[in-house]
Amino acid sequence: MKAARDLLPPLVFGAAVLLIWEGVVRLAGVPSVILPAPSAIGERFVHSIPTLSADFLQTIRGVLAGYLIGNATGLLVAILIDRSPFLQRGLLPLGNLVSALPIIGVAPIMVMWFGFDWPSKAAVVVVMTFFPMLVNAAAGLRSAGSMERDLMRTYGAGYGQTLRKLRLPSALPFVFNALKINTTLSLIGAIVAEFFGTPTVGMGFRISTEVGHLSIDMVWATIVVAAVTGSLFYAIVALVERRATFWHASYRAK
Amino acid sequence: MSNRIIPLLTVLAALFAVWYLAAALMNASLQRDLFANNDNKSYTTGDLINSSLNMERPKLPAPHQIASELYKLVIATPPSSKRGLVFHARITLEETLIGFAIGAALGIGLAVLIVSIPLLEHSLMPWIVASQTVPIIALAPMIVVILNQFDIGGMTPKAAIAAYLSFFPITVGMTKGFRSPDPLQLDLMRTYSATSAQVLTKLRAPASLPFFFASMRIGVAAALVGAVVAEVTKSEDGGLGARLLAGSYYGQTVQIWAALFMAAALSGILVALIDGIGRLTLKRWAFLT
Repeated sequence: MKAARDLLPPLVFGAAVLLIWEGVVRLAGVPSVILPAPSAIGERFVHSIPTLSADFLQTIRGVLAGYLIGNATGLLVAILIDRSPFLQRGLLPLGNLVSALPIIGVAPIMVMWFGFDWPSKAAVVVVMTFFPMLVNAAAGLRSAGSMERDLMRTYGAGYGQTLRKLRLPSALPFVFNALKINTTLSLIGAIVAEFFGTPTVGMGFRISTEVGHLSIDMVWATIVVAAVTGSLFYAIVALVERRATFWHASYRAK
Repeated sequence: MSNRIIPLLTVLAALFAVWYLAAALMNASLQRDLFANNDNKSYTTGDLINSSLNMERPKLPAPHQIASELYKLVIATPPSSKRGLVFHARITLEETLIGFAIGAALGIGLAVLIVSIPLLEHSLMPWIVASQTVPIIALAPMIVVILNQFDIGGMTPKAAIAAYLSFFPITVGMTKGFRSPDPLQLDLMRTYSATSAQVLTKLRAPASLPFFFASMRIGVAAALVGAVVAEVTKSEDGGLGARLLAGSYYGQTVQIWAALFMAAALSGILVALIDGIGRLTLKRWAFLT
């Protein structure tokens, strides 16, 4: 019941936007080259499911491979440098700087190094997701309070035990924050990398070629796929987060 | 101070060392082929390393090659020349700033609406979040085409994309910021019978300052990414993104890296500028001591 009440306003708002969109396009006679009506996009979507799913499979491979490698290495490096304040003081300011940079610019370089197929997209995603994870996980590992650390010491817990039982769990909310940021970043990275060269399949490829042919409805259909993919990806990570960090203040209150 | 600088310099030095090593290793096979094509069989390992680090189209250019390319394109070329990077950086900077200004205004406006009208939060916020799980950048080529149909060319489409990317972190950050005052303070405003506009200007807005600068920082970086990607999709007008595309088209790796460093520098300067203004303002308002 409560879920239904929470869902209603955004659904009504979304439906209203679609209706107004359809109405404006029909009444004002907007040419479909500029803005196709939602119904036209839906029709196109249904007719091109084979193409769209091929594109999806091509792109998602690079996204997932890059997402896994980038986040895993980011977390691993954060744990490794955790024991060395020297490395932390050297690496973290650099990590902060790099996360403000337009990293997406490495896309053409990665395409040159790893070829047109999905590994080059995965490489772009690795570079994009690594730094947010590094910075967040490092902050998370420092987040355990000194009282709790002292308690672990009175238990005679070693470094490994303190890490496993206290510091990694207390870092989880930060890690999940990075995981959520990285869902969007990884999709963006893979799609933009496809602008720089692909085998003739993939969502980024589809968008850039269909724009060239002025078949805008196909572009919108691809964007629908991208939007649903991005939202689902984010939702899955958020769901896992809720399961894994149910003890955290932000969920306990509800 | 020195216990911050020394680790940073050590890491940077290590980075350079790894970079040179990687450049030599990655380029060596290319260079060996090159020697073989020229019937040069009597090269030493030293020759090979030296030439690998100075190739014209290396797989990975060595740092000094990028530095000399940057020097050539930034300092030795007049700023008005289309071949120089200053010309392109200026285009990117203008698009970024226009887009950022629009994005900031939109972001703050939305945050004000969301804070003042509760119903809007429930209906609008999920869509604002969803709009970001969509790879917005995928829309970039289309926005350019659509605006072109209306004869809006030049900078506007790119600034629009920059604005689209930068408004979200600002909306989220400012919503948090406007909500940051203590319930006690809000109650106090109510006992003063302040209107919601007064609460906004006298309490919420000043209280949101730290959030303001944090979101501006992210917003300007996002705007720059938007501008660069938009330039990739419409490269006739120049800009750093256009240089990236041209470099990848002709295999000019040194040019790509130079454009990349220029974009990084631009982003670094903008972020540092906002950080500086932020620190001064926050000190004045006693958020920082």
